[in-house]
Amino acid sequence: MANPMKIRAASKDGVTEIKILMNHEMETGQRKDSSGALIPAWYINEVKVELAGKTVLTAEWGPSVSKNPYMAFKVKGGKAGDKVVCSWTDNKGEKRTDEAAVS
Amino acid sequence: MMTFKKKTTVALSLIAAMTAGTVFAAPPALPKDGSWGPGAGDANFDAMMQSGFQNKGIATTDRLKQDPTQKLCSNPVLAESPKTAALREKLQAENEASIKYPSDGKWMGDWKNGEKIAQSGRGLTWTDKAGEANGGNCYNCHQISKQELSYGTIGPSLYNYGKLRGNSEEIMKYTWGKIYNAKATNVCSLMPRAGSMGIMTEAQIRDLMALLLDPESPVNK
Amino acid sequence: MRSQHIKASLLAVATVLTVSAQAQQDSTTAGIEAYREALQDGNPADLYVDSGAEIWKKKAGPKEASLEKCDLGLGAGKVKGAYAQLPRYFKDTNKVQDLESRLLTCMEKLQGVDTAPIIKAGFNSPQKADLVALSAYVSSESKGMKVKVSMAHPKERQMYDLGRRLFYYEAGPYDFACATCHGQDGKRIRLQDLPYIPSAEGAAKGWTTWPAYRVSSGQMWSMQWRINDCFRQQRFPEPIYASDVTVAISSFMAGNSNGSVMQTPGIKR
Repeated sequence: MANPMKIRAASKDGVTEIKILMNHEMETGQRKDSSGALIPAWYINEVKVELAGKTVLTAEWGPSVSKNPYMAFKVKGGKAGDKVVCSWTDNKGEKRTDEAAVS
Repeated sequence: MMTFKKKTTVALSLIAAMTAGTVFAAPPALPKDGSWGPGAGDANFDAMMQSGFQNKGIATTDRLKQDPTQKLCSNPVLAESPKTAALREKLQAENEASIKYPSDGKWMGDWKNGEKIAQSGRGLTWTDKAGEANGGNCYNCHQISKQELSYGTIGPSLYNYGKLRGNSEEIMKYTWGKIYNAKATNVCSLMPRAGSMGIMTEAQIRDLMALLLDPESPVNK
Repeated sequence: MRSQHIKASLLAVATVLTVSAQAQQDSTTAGIEAYREALQDGNPADLYVDSGAEIWKKKAGPKEASLEKCDLGLGAGKVKGAYAQLPRYFKDTNKVQDLESRLLTCMEKLQGVDTAPIIKAGFNSPQKADLVALSAYVSSESKGMKVKVSMAHPKERQMYDLGRRLFYYEAGPYDFACATCHGQDGKRIRLQDLPYIPSAEGAAKGWTTWPAYRVSSGQMWSMQWRINDCFRQQRFPEPIYASDVTVAISSFMAGNSNGSVMQTPGIKR
């Protein structure tokens, strides 16, 4: 499996804030290496986040998302102890899934 | 003054000595005589510099050898001391003597090129290649045109440089001199000696002159 | 009367233009400040902290040993708070060492690793990657703690004084010293504010925020890396990794920063 991501989630007043830091090069495919050759594109293209078993976010990303992407968003509902699961797939077919509990 | 028994005095000075050097409450001032502290004399310092650097690319260790101007200005206490006033005059004169005015008497080139040179920070680092044109690094320290918001403040603003001073022969010569060797007029100036150190070519200096002094340059609009 | 009126209008216009140029400048720097604040949340340096924590525990080298018995100044294996007290004098090596120099010592002594190729390797190389991650990890274990760098041992004071002398040392084709950029208060290079390092506040601005993740290059930089690139931009030759030159300049910055709070690992533009 690819490098682990960091997930933090906290519930307050019926709203859960989820923050996810992903570990990925997010290579655009436009950069050249020192020999002048193009570095192949390599980026996360699908993201899914589940809270307490229900999908709360799906995303389709492209090369414009920067290296080590950081995403923070709020969801109605959720409470302490609920499980947050984040999965991503990249354009090479590599995948990563991590989970954390809402605090 | 209170008098203590001898034992107490010794004990108190010991405590003072122990706590004084333990951690700095505030950065200590430089010694007033221009020295650097007991362990940082020439022998120790030179040994550290000798063993601490290596050649890389075009940046070689011979660059660490100081000329008299660098040597004086490396000591902030001595650089401002009345004791070195005569030395400062002498070094300014030496720096001035190194200024080469334009070989064809033409002061100004193309301001459009001058802007490119002023924007470029390239040259002379170990990631730069020998034989490539150097940039002027000017915007790193100076405001120059009004349009460029990304400018530094280490040097004074050069916006409206020509508009404020005019184009007299005197101003041309003064400005050329500043770019060629700013230490001729201010020996510990922070500005690199673009001409004397071979950073800029004569043609590049002409283009920078145009950027500052050509009435058509955006600097003077 | 009419010419006075025109002069007054011109003055008013000039003032408005100056004010709006200033406002434009202020809004540029304000915008950058807002961007920098937004960066604080979700610092990719945290990814390197995790990776460094794993490397600390991993068995490596001919001796198949981890770094868990490494003495960073507070005793074997004690990581919490160690970074806030570095550089410091170490009895076993009889010299003042910063974090990266000390990590090399531990890799040699505990793991039997030959560190010569690691010292030689570029910062982007895999050989340096472990040290960068370890720097992120160890520095994070001092986050929130006060800088407490000793000057009690004569070699510690000497290293500080050598660092201070180096700070003012002008050389190379540009006549640059560290002091050229960091030797006056309230200046900036392009739009990057420059801390005044001889002061406590200025030194702390730098010392408590490196190692840091640099967003513009997507790289995690240790303090040795930051120092290395400063010398590159000064048009100096290259400082040797973990040499006394690098420890001295760190001692100068750390010594000036005493009492300030470690915020490492940081995040930079």
